[in-house]
Amino acid sequence: MSVSAEEIKGLQKKAWDIRRTIVETTFTCGGSHIGGSLSQTDVLVALYYKYLNVDPKRPDWEDRDRFILSKGHGGIGWASVLGDKGYFDKALLKDFNKTGSPFGMHLDALKVKGCDASTGSLGHGLAIATGLALGARLRNKSFRTYVMMGDGELCEGTVWEAAILACHHRLDNLTAFVDRNGLMIDGPTESITTLEPLDRKFQAFGWETLVIDGHDFAAIGNAIEKAWTIKGRPTVIICNTVKGRCVEMMENVPEWHYGGLNSDLRDKALACIDAHYTKLLG
Amino acid sequence: MAEGMTWTVTDGDKLTQAEIYGEVLSQLGDTYPDLIALTADLATSTKIGRFGKKYPERFINVGIAENSLFGMAAGLAMAGLRPVVSTFAVFTSLRSAEQVRTDICYQNLNVKIISTHAGISFGQAGSTHHCTEDLAVMRSFANMTVIAPADGFETGNALVAALEWPGPVYMRIGRGFEPPVYKDQNYPFAIGRAITMRDGRDVTLIGCGVGVLQAMRAAEVLQAQGLSARVLNMHTIKPIDREAVISAVKETRRIVTIEDHNVYGGLGTAVAEVIVESGKACAFRKLGVPDCFSIVGYPEDLYHHYGFDSDGIVATVGELMRLEIEEDEDWEDEV
Repeated sequence: MSVSAEEIKGLQKKAWDIRRTIVETTFTCGGSHIGGSLSQTDVLVALYYKYLNVDPKRPDWEDRDRFILSKGHGGIGWASVLGDKGYFDKALLKDFNKTGSPFGMHLDALKVKGCDASTGSLGHGLAIATGLALGARLRNKSFRTYVMMGDGELCEGTVWEAAILACHHRLDNLTAFVDRNGLMIDGPTESITTLEPLDRKFQAFGWETLVIDGHDFAAIGNAIEKAWTIKGRPTVIICNTVKGRCVEMMENVPEWHYGGLNSDLRDKALACIDAHYTKLLG
Repeated sequence: MAEGMTWTVTDGDKLTQAEIYGEVLSQLGDTYPDLIALTADLATSTKIGRFGKKYPERFINVGIAENSLFGMAAGLAMAGLRPVVSTFAVFTSLRSAEQVRTDICYQNLNVKIISTHAGISFGQAGSTHHCTEDLAVMRSFANMTVIAPADGFETGNALVAALEWPGPVYMRIGRGFEPPVYKDQNYPFAIGRAITMRDGRDVTLIGCGVGVLQAMRAAEVLQAQGLSARVLNMHTIKPIDREAVISAVKETRRIVTIEDHNVYGGLGTAVAEVIVESGKACAFRKLGVPDCFSIVGYPEDLYHHYGFDSDGIVATVGELMRLEIEEDEDWEDEV
């Protein structure tokens, strides 16, 4: 299948929209986990606009592919995609974080259509995804389960419990992503708790392990498709990304793990995003 | 009860709660083709392995990884299956409390948790394996239903009821053999409805789990002393049967709760909440483990040591009988 040049352009345009929505929503909601939402965006766009077998009109369709954002703090980025896909009226995002809104910084599966699992506490998503993938097999269902973890999240021991189990059960219907932006709240992952060599760790746990540029749609597409061909074990795609991607003042700056934007900063951020994509798309 | 959902055990009065649980679960496999059983290297100890022997393709042993046990159960429920999970109470309610709360309760998933070795029923193992906190923890999780069956027969009945009950259920049972309080399974069991084991007018003994047996024994002794004790089997801690508690306040004016749990946060606290909210006072004592880490010993010795066996109950009732209770003829007017 692979991703055509034309499709890549379409996905880039979509990523442009989503990044703008993240910035706009961060402005209206008073603050968000904007850095990690911007780093994860391209993988989410590739999944939702090309690969996931989902139908926003039937969010509970039992044969849909599942996606779990284990790094649940990226909820604002995920909601921006779900709203754009038509799971709900995108205009509702203006209420993000407001009292009584269905949208808080970590999405609630019982309130947000298209959100397959309530996440936010790190280290939970992979075990849930493992259960889902095993459940699909037990029920003879062909849907695929995707889960995205943060890299800082990999400090949680529960990730590695689940990694052992997914491999033990030979869950080749499970694809995990690691949003490897290199930063956690307090600084670079490697200065706080060494995660490298990450690829060899997953390999040692029995996973098919791919390492890609998480902002390159061709690479993302090839990796997702490669995972479909792997039999007898799950696949992890370690996506090297930039926290705060496309907003220069935020790129690789730990303080932008979470932050708010006034109108000046919002305009500056939007201008940065627009300049990036104008240059890219010509 | 769903049609055709029946179970039988031979010599049920000689089996532990866990043995009856494992047996009944394995008999329900055909009734619930979507039932999937999970454990974390405790197939034998919790007896859930009996289901696994009969339905190996529907049995998952995750190894010693309780957090993934409950996370995977959530995922399996999300995939449309009906997970039943068993490990020790201490691991469910303390190590994996967050997975139970966030992955299962927050998403209101159809996961049934049957935890064994609750309270100090695994007396010799020490506090790492005791669990006198689970009722307090589980009761505080929104969407969770909490049950502590009185004996093996009730464990079977409660399991059947739990499988038909929507949303997450936590059931706690003991480890070893305790004499049953029922002669068989043929009595009406409904989640949230206390059972009056015997009526009385001087005091109400409200027990759950092994506390019901102790209360029944105490009621016999009290009767010989000329005291009439009502015994309530409060098998469901949440939602608690408020009506049964309020009737006890009105009609007996003295209440003693009995549970194999810390006196903070479990049955006694749940009953106290109802009493206080009723606007009526009554003489009241909570019996259980008195906010300490238990000493090691055989369970029956420990129940005695901490004063929630029949001797302790009788002594406590004696104390309450000596208290002056204000007679109040105007109850109906005030309510």
